[in-house]
Amino acid sequence: MKGKKELAVAALQNGTVIDHIPSSALFKAVKILGIEELDTHVTIGNNLNSKKLGTKGIIKVADVEFPEATLNRIALIAPTAVVNIIRDFEVVEKHPVQLPDTIVGIVKCGNPKCITNNEPMKTRFEVVDRENVTISCHYCGHSVSNKDAQID
Amino acid sequence: MNSNSLVSISDISKEEILRLLENARYFEENPNHKILDGKVVATLFFEPSTRTRLSFETAVNRLGGRVIGFSDASTTSSSKGETLKDTIKMVSNYVDLIVMRHHLEGAARYATEVTDTPIINAGDGAHQHPSQTMLDLYSIYKTQGTLENLTITMVGDLKYGRTVHSLLMAMQYFNPTFNFVACDELKMPAEYKEFCDQKGIKYTEHKDFSEEVINSSDIIYMTRVQRERFTDIMEYEKVKNLYNLHNAMLDNSKDNLRILHPLPRVNEIDQDVDDNPKAYYFQQAQNGLYARQAIICRALNIDIKEVQKS
Repeated sequence: MKGKKELAVAALQNGTVIDHIPSSALFKAVKILGIEELDTHVTIGNNLNSKKLGTKGIIKVADVEFPEATLNRIALIAPTAVVNIIRDFEVVEKHPVQLPDTIVGIVKCGNPKCITNNEPMKTRFEVVDRENVTISCHYCGHSVSNKDAQID
Repeated sequence: MNSNSLVSISDISKEEILRLLENARYFEENPNHKILDGKVVATLFFEPSTRTRLSFETAVNRLGGRVIGFSDASTTSSSKGETLKDTIKMVSNYVDLIVMRHHLEGAARYATEVTDTPIINAGDGAHQHPSQTMLDLYSIYKTQGTLENLTITMVGDLKYGRTVHSLLMAMQYFNPTFNFVACDELKMPAEYKEFCDQKGIKYTEHKDFSEEVINSSDIIYMTRVQRERFTDIMEYEKVKNLYNLHNAMLDNSKDNLRILHPLPRVNEIDQDVDDNPKAYYFQQAQNGLYARQAIICRALNIDIKEVQKS
């Protein structure tokens, strides 16, 4: 993978690259990962060509390695995302994100009469269908697919 | 979190359902039993429901326990903006058991997470109402002598009616056959039909509340078709009388057929059915007392067998 086809951003010496994020989910992923709060170099690209996805987004964060659990939080909206850990310009680890069984505090329940929309508390969803990525509210039972999930 | 809490009928196993039914039968034979002596039970009704509250409070009183609580949240600190969590934590300091009803869905589940005191859900919005399901099961069990292999016809509002959904879930262990009778706007939601498919439960859907359906039934579970459920009032006017039951419709029904209804009814069961021995909806409400006595004892970890011995 050399030459001009590569991204027009500097390679990372150390840090994390999250690739193959569907374009429509890129900014949601940025939000979920709390990228705004970081003070290291961050490069965000979107609508880049992708053979698999058509277009994709990518996030490069210098000098930060996220905990696994944090990275897996984006699996709901970006199940295709791939995480690369870079140390000294080398990819030392590469794996897809994994959807956890329970998702706490990211998704807002779509049911206005759900207790989670009326009490100061964290939401909690359980994955009920991994294939179609459907989650169900632990409290009121309201189900939603990942495409329609509102990110809090 | 207390594992004896009862939030949803799907929290309990077949064995536990059967044990609760047995205990309900015991309480029907021995309604006054001072086994809650010294216990205090809170009935927290954030949303008014006189029928359910009186039934629970009678159950506690007949078991010799004491009741504190409120029947309307407007007289409590909730109206000052206190969170549910704080109310539950405060009340937990005083009592052995909390029975709660709330207009928000999931409120009872959340309450179990903030306290070690057992919680009984007496209805959370349109979501769950397990003591209603237990009294429905007890009514079926009592009138049919079994829960196994029955044909149950559900009529009216099958889309929003939580009682029919919970009953359907609870019957999964007993090889039922369902008839779902409803108009298009109020038919059984796909998720419950998928549930039946997964569990191998037989069902058929009907738009006509026909004699054929009635005559095949062991139980007819009637529900109210509410005007506010319709986006199109013309549609409501068209269907509102299609799912009403009249005495003459029962002429050729099975001898063991019983008519259930969670009440309150409006006109979906004609007054002329009331005197038919197959009408069971008033006794059904009475069974709620015994079912709730059994549920309260389960929540407090009281073994009825031990009580019987003493």
